[in-house]
Amino acid sequence: MSEPVLDIKNLTVAFPDHLVLNDLSVQLNKGDFLSVVGQNGVGKTTLVRVILHQLAPQKGSVTYTPNFKQMKIGYVPQFRNIDEEYPLSIRDFVGLNLHDSHLSWLSKNERKKLNRIIKDTNLESIQNTPLGEASGGEKQKAYLAQALINDPDLLILDESTASLDSVRKFELLDLVQEFNVHQNVSVLFITHDIELAQKYANQYLLMRHGSYESGPISQFKEADLEEAEHA
Amino acid sequence: MLSFAFMRHAYMAGTIIAVISGIIGVYVIGRNMSFLSHMLSEIGFSGASFGIFMNWPPLNGMLIFTIISSVLIGQMSSKSSRRESSISAISSLFLGSGILFLSLANKNASDATSILFGSMIGISSAEVKQIMWLSLVALVVIFLVYRDLKFDSFDHVGAAVKGVNTQAISVVFLVILALSVSVAAQIVGSLLIFVLLTLPASSAKYFTRTVSGMMVFAIGAALLGVWLGLYLGYVTNWPVSFFIAIIECLIYFGALGWHRIKS
Repeated sequence: MSEPVLDIKNLTVAFPDHLVLNDLSVQLNKGDFLSVVGQNGVGKTTLVRVILHQLAPQKGSVTYTPNFKQMKIGYVPQFRNIDEEYPLSIRDFVGLNLHDSHLSWLSKNERKKLNRIIKDTNLESIQNTPLGEASGGEKQKAYLAQALINDPDLLILDESTASLDSVRKFELLDLVQEFNVHQNVSVLFITHDIELAQKYANQYLLMRHGSYESGPISQFKEADLEEAEHA
Repeated sequence: MLSFAFMRHAYMAGTIIAVISGIIGVYVIGRNMSFLSHMLSEIGFSGASFGIFMNWPPLNGMLIFTIISSVLIGQMSSKSSRRESSISAISSLFLGSGILFLSLANKNASDATSILFGSMIGISSAEVKQIMWLSLVALVVIFLVYRDLKFDSFDHVGAAVKGVNTQAISVVFLVILALSVSVAAQIVGSLLIFVLLTLPASSAKYFTRTVSGMMVFAIGAALLGVWLGLYLGYVTNWPVSFFIAIIECLIYFGALGWHRIKS
């Protein structure tokens, strides 16, 4: 049996004016690729914020294996404030997440790590391009590379493919799948794109306002999502 | 020229100030804090006037005012929509107070001019030492928090996810910025802080691709402005801050033009 990486039990989060998550339970095992689907406002990003310890739930718990401090989480957020005149190259941006030492310069080991992730995410030819001048797909790859540079146990993608065309979406998720399959990185993928969810995930979590459904992706029925969207 | 003690002091102080401004300026640009650094310079004017009123060295008054206000700003400026209005209000308040302190101290317009636009020739060796120590403190702190400060300045979202204490980093940086504003004002004056704290780093972003590269370029551009500005000021007897402003603006507009042609 697979080892659980995240065990979310009876999670309830309420803001002053409304209930966002109500008694949500779901488990993510080592090597799982979990797609989280549901309409806007059902609490998908709130769930991520709780997992990242940016928000405390009113009720329920999230258990990390072995624990939150030791667990390495890579996160690719939905929005990032990178304008056209952003001064750093893709390589320097990816390297921002290196913290093996406190020195101002990168150690030999850190340079090795940086070279490896640049190569593994196919960014070698554009590594010196300013991030602000990169295309949408290249930017997402750079965000992904930064999230993966420390060999995370869990990778969270929050609508990372939302702004990409169909070719770039598959390209990005093919890359994610490589890390999922070959390096056993567990993935939590928040998306509206059912085609992507079904192609890459092995598990799903369908979120409705106040009720949830999860299981192997083979059991996911698109009709459930449509029903949820019209509820 | 260097046989005069005042010019040697000016070159020593100018060199230290150019180095610290080049380094801090890169973070000012990364954190979009140009407007805020301008506000700190106005607070510095008020502090210097208060120092004169109290019969203290103006730099001490500047340091007290800018450091206290930077900590307060760090607490209140989380919402960017509110930040700009708050900065405008606080700037007006401090500029007004500065004029009041000068008036209460019965000082004439030349004191105000030297605080607002700098006064290279008046720097004593004791002041050079003070500038050196303050800059050293700022550099050591930057070195200690280098990685977190770099991450938070150029990718705030990523840094927060990584667990960097972004609030603490913000306060630490504002205090260092306050130190640098007070120090840099000794040469270019509080009204022309922009010239050394933002223009060299703004120019650097069009030529370099890394934080360390930006720092090297910004230090070089600031040094060029200060050294050449001092020389031209000595030769022509015109204000040094005028020449420094002209040189830095030329570098900046040159960088902007080069970037436009390239793209």
